This record gives sequence, C-alpha cells and structure tokens, in this order.
Amino acid sequence: MVSTGWRIEVDAERCIGSGSCVGMAPAHFRMESGLATPITTAVEPTETVIDAAESCPVEAIAVRDHDDTLIAPS
Amino acid sequence: MTDVTKVAARPYPFSAPDRLNLDPLYAELRRVEPLVRVRLPFGEQAWLATRHADVRTVLGDARFSRAASVGRDEPRLTPRQIEGGILSMDPPEHTRLRRLVAKAFTARRVEQLRPRTRQIADELIDAMVAAGPPADLVEHFATPLPIQVICELLGVPFADRHLFHVWSEAIVSTTSLSPEQIQEYLDNLHGYIGELVQQRRRQPTDDLICAMVQAHDEHQDRFTEQEVVQLAAGLLAAGHETTVTQLPNFAYVLLTHPEQLAWLRADPARVPTAVEELMRYVPLGVASAFARYATEDVEVGGVLVRAGEPVIGSLSSANRDETVFTDPDRLDLGRETNPHIGFGHGVHHCLGAQLARMELQVGIGALVARLPELRIAVPEPELTWKSGMIVRGLARMPVAW
Ligand code: HEM
Ligand code: HEM
Ligand code: SF4
Repeated sequence: MVSTGWRIEVDAERCIGSGSCVGMAPAHFRMESGLATPITTAVEPTETVIDAAESCPVEAIAVRDHDDTLIAPS
Repeated sequence: MTDVTKVAARPYPFSAPDRLNLDPLYAELRRVEPLVRVRLPFGEQAWLATRHADVRTVLGDARFSRAASVGRDEPRLTPRQIEGGILSMDPPEHTRLRRLVAKAFTARRVEQLRPRTRQIADELIDAMVAAGPPADLVEHFATPLPIQVICELLGVPFADRHLFHVWSEAIVSTTSLSPEQIQEYLDNLHGYIGELVQQRRRQPTDDLICAMVQAHDEHQDRFTEQEVVQLAAGLLAAGHETTVTQLPNFAYVLLTHPEQLAWLRADPARVPTAVEELMRYVPLGVASAFARYATEDVEVGGVLVRAGEPVIGSLSSANRDETVFTDPDRLDLGRETNPHIGFGHGVHHCLGAQLARMELQVGIGALVARLPELRIAVPEPELTWKSGMIVRGLARMPVAW
C-alpha cells in the first residue's frame, strides 16, 4: 500500500443507492445489491473521488488521507 | 438478437393517460419483450427499457450518454428540443456543474429547511380552515408550499411567482403553445433570473443564487454565466410542477385507499415510509423521456443496442417490476424494502430528491394530522385531470374536512 494514498469508505447505513458515485467515478465505486461500495478501499489521490463524496446526496462517502484526516465531504 | 429495421415501433406513450393508472402493456412487455422499439410524438425512434435492472443500467452505466443527445433529433414529448443544461451533460462536465449546487441539496442541508417548511404548511392549512370548506388543495396547498420553499432557498421573490409560474408552465405544455411562444417564455425566465444574478453582484445575499454567483465569479474558468442562469432557472422550474403535482396525487391516492390511510393516521412516524411507497406507486410522468445514447454496443434486456442508438428507461414500469416488488400493483404504505427509482438513478439522480422527500413528508404529514376528516368534495368522475402535459396530476382538487 502507498503511504501517500487515500482511503474511501461508503456508509451502507446511509447510502440510498442513488448510483450517482458509480456514474461519476466508475473506476472507484460499483453497485452491490442496490448499494454503492468502493472497488478498492485504498486509492491514489484523485479529484474524482472528492467529486463523488461532495455530490453524494446523503454524504455517505468519506475520503481520508493516509493519516486519517477527512478530505471530503467538506 | 433483434434486427432493428424489421421491428415496427410502437407509438409512445402507449395510450392517453388515465388518471394515475399505468397502462397494463408495461407488465406484458416486462414479461415478453423487455426492450421494445418506440416512437415518441417528436424526434427519432428509440428503445424503451421496462425492467428495473435494465432501466438502472440505462440510467447508471457510463456506456450510456446524455451528452450524445446534443445535435440529435432527440425522442421527446414536446415539439421543442431543450438543449444544453445539466441534464444534457456527462461526467466530467456534468460533475463540474452538479458540484456547484449539490451541497445545497444534501439530506443534512434539507433537514435545516424542515421547520420552516412545517411552518409554511401550517399557515396554509390555517388559511384553508379560516376560509372554511371547500378548498382547492392544488391552489391553496400543493402549489404554494413547494414554490415558497424553492423561492426561499434560491432567493427568488415569492411575490413574483405569477410571472415565472406562467413562463415555466409553458415549457411542459406538450401541445398548447407554439415553438415561438415557448422560446419567448424561456427567454423571459432566463432574463428574469439574469436580473437576479446582477442584483446579487451589486448586493450579496444569503441564498443559493448568490452562492452560485460567487462560485462563478471566483472560478470564471469553470462556469459560464449562461450556465449559472440556466441552472437556476432549471431549479426554479423543476422545483415547481413536480412536487406541486405529486402532493395532490399522493392525497388522492390516500383518500381513495381508506384502509391504508387509516393505517397511516395511526402513527405519524409512518409518514416517511408511506412517502417512499407513494413515490413508487404514483407514475408521475405520462411517459419517460430523456433518452440515453449508447456510446458502444451494449446488451440490454436480451437485445444488442448498437452504438449511437437512443434508449429510454421507464421509471414507472421499473417501479412495478414483479421481480423486485412483491405484489407490485398493490399500494402497501408499510412496504419495507423499496428500491424504487422514482427519482431516477445514476449521475442525473434527482438533485432535488431529498428536498422533494422532505416537502412531501411535511405536506402529507400536515394534512393527515390537521385535517382528520379530509375528503374529496366532488364525486370522483367530476375531478379534472391535467391534459397535454408531461406529468399526470389533478388540475383542481376540491376538498372538504
Ligand atoms: C418529472 C418531471 C420533470 C423532471 C424530472 C424535470 C426535470 C428537469 C430538469 C432536470 C431540468 C434542468 C435541465 C437543464 O437545465 O437542462 C429541467 C428544466 C426545466 N423544466 Fe423540467 N422537469 C420536470 C417537469 C417539469 C415541469 C412540469 C415543468 C413546468 C412547470 C418544467 C419546466 C422546466 C423548465 C422551464 C426548465 C428550464 C429549461 C431551460 O432552462 O432550458 N419541468 N427540468
Ligand atoms: C416529487 C418531486 C420530484 C420528482 C418525482 C423528480 C424526479 C426527477 C427525476 C426522475 C430526475 C432524473 C431525470 C433523468 O435522469 O432523466 C430528476 C432530475 C432532476 N431533478 Fe428532480 N424531481 C422532483 C423534484 C425536484 C426538485 C424539488 C428539484 C429542485 C430543487 C429537482 C431538480 C432536479 C434536477 C436539477 C435534476 C437533474 C439532475 C442532473 O441532471 O444532474 N427535482 N428529477
Ligand atoms: S452517491 Fe451516495 S447515496 Fe448515491 S450510491 Fe453513492 S454512496 Fe450511495
């Protein structure tokens, strides 16, 4: 794992399955039984996952950097 | 695999709207021909997907594009093609514009508007009670409630509602206006919003239009002024007829299902679940539109859709899919698993979904709690339904209590 990388999480309790993140960032999220889930938890830093987290209608996506600081949603 | 050229396209919508009843042909198509050729009143032929899984694919899979509709003779219900705007973009262009407003419509932000929305609903009911029955639920409750909320959120003076109501109603009338009139009304609407934008520049305020203007002025490279104006106009309009129409539709369904209504009255905590079931059950659109264009060959419902072909997903049909919903044609306000797609799916999933949910919960909750004797004041056949519109709904709803 890259120590400079980010981590993405989807809170399954909150996700309403809108499919927005999967459409915006298909390389990072997929639908599973109607809810979104990260394809891999560890990701290289990229604006796309921030876009997805900032656009999630229920703020179910968290993007953190390597020392656990919340990067998005703001 | 089906050869497109050999299949005759069905006229779509399949039949004239009959109140809130969904044409039984959808159920048959889901069973025997889940992807079918259709011809809308205007534009080129398209495929129509009717199963839940297929509709989600068409709306959610990046191999289907809205941006590719630009420059095509898009299948549509209205003579005029509304080009541009957020609903005609794909990521990353779409993302750029959507992020400009997404924050204002998250569940958390919308929750902050709930107390004020309750207050508006209570005042409207107070006024109805003071004037005494009968009242028109459309005019006296369902129209002012969402319009006042969206006006306050955007920062559009509620006092001007008569102006922009006429202009925005004109856009969705499918037959009654000429293309020239539609263009004139659109220009008026955009001119009106453009003026509000200029005012915000001179004098900043604490509302969404001002926030959009500031974002624009700080990032000139990211948004054009035209985009900001068009998006704000779209929000004003989309925040209009949708919730305005669904509130009376929901009230109508409840009043014509007395046992279900009694179940709902027994516990106000049941309102949110009931609203989800009503979203699933009520087919708001007379027909689905906003076709997605395949960017490569994709198999949908056993048919190979060719690159460049448009596919429409029927939300109403998906919401009655028997492989997803038990006893789908039955209204069950307590339905536990309810993955309906009444707000769409994918990147274009309704921006206003959390707001609309909150408004519908507050509106239905207030009617149920405050008017326990609420009833339709005329015999059912005398109710007048909207005609020539994109949405199904009551033109007027005389009620007593
Ligand atoms: C299911 C029903 C509807 C949905 C999902 C819907 C959705 C939308 C969306 C997403 C936009 C923004 C598109 C863009 O900026 O390109 C839009 C634009 C608009 N809608 Fe609708 N709408 C619906 C019904 C209506 C109704 C009933 C009205 C009229 C009262 C209406 C009037 C307008 C107007 C005036 C615009 C702005 C068009 C422009 O600026 O070019 N819509 N609609
Ligand atoms: C009960 C009320 C409503 C219903 C049923 C509804 C339904 C929908 C649907 C089905 C779509 C997706 C259209 C497609 O993908 O082809 C949509 C998109 C949209 N709706 Fe709603 N809507 C409602 C209320 C609202 C409200 C209150 C607003 C505004 C504040 C709004 C703003 C939008 C916008 C801007 C989009 C386009 C999003 C995008 O392209 O990214 N809607 N709506
Ligand atoms: S955008 Fe949010 S609500 Fe929608 S699918 Fe992704 S995580 Fe779930």
